[in-house]
Amino acid sequence: MAERLSPLARFTPVSADDLRIAEIPFLTQINLRVDPKSRAAADIGLALGAPLPTEPGTCTSAGADVLWMGPDEWLVVGPVGDGLEETIRTAAGTAHVGITDVSAQRTVVAVDGPRSRDLLAHGCALDLHPRVFGPGRCAQTMLARAQVVLAAREDDGFRVFVRSSFAGYLADWLLDAAAEYLPEGTVTSR
Amino acid sequence: MLLIPCPWCGPRDEAEFHYGGQAHVAYPENPAALSDEEWARYLFFRDNPKGRFAERWNHTAGCRRWFNAVRNTATNEIEAGEVTA
Repeated sequence: MAERLSPLARFTPVSADDLRIAEIPFLTQINLRVDPKSRAAADIGLALGAPLPTEPGTCTSAGADVLWMGPDEWLVVGPVGDGLEETIRTAAGTAHVGITDVSAQRTVVAVDGPRSRDLLAHGCALDLHPRVFGPGRCAQTMLARAQVVLAAREDDGFRVFVRSSFAGYLADWLLDAAAEYLPEGTVTSR
Repeated sequence: MLLIPCPWCGPRDEAEFHYGGQAHVAYPENPAALSDEEWARYLFFRDNPKGRFAERWNHTAGCRRWFNAVRNTATNEIEAGEVTA
């Protein structure tokens, strides 16, 4: 059987007291497009454990993570291969809904620890202060000139969704930007 | 750098946006009836005012939605009340 290789398979996770960077590979990601006022949207919300978030820049994580991507668009993120697409398809029935598996489009980099905001702020123009961008917030923006989706989680944790082809670049950039927060000698790839 | 207020995502850097030119340019009701000159005028001729200018923007690096904004071409000020999804 062919071995599945993640975009950051060759990236060595870094872990320090204040900062941890690691890839979370192969998460199931479903792009969902549906009229937020439709019956189907309510049914899908029910199946996913929480109503689809309609406030721009917010996400819910009752069961799967549901990230707001646009007024009629969401990104549903679940663990590796858990039949997420089937769940949504069943809930949507025959309604006018767009459901696309985009798992291979992006990989996820977890940036955790008290220094995570400082690190991301090196390359991101958004205000990442917990008062503005606390748990439950998400945003599509640029991080170090690469298009990313940022999702803030509890305890200063972030998930950075980055296009597979940009993942290597972004991981290198993160390591470089993190140099001042990591003990000497942690970053060996440069 | 401009700070452009996306109606969905809030104020973002200009680099996240794609410019769409003049807003409210209506597609001709009966394109086949136009002369070549009228068609060229519809395709290529745009206002170029000094001052208030209604234009289209797309938030390409964000929600990827088109919206209209009124920008003052002399000062680059974008009128907050004139940004519509």
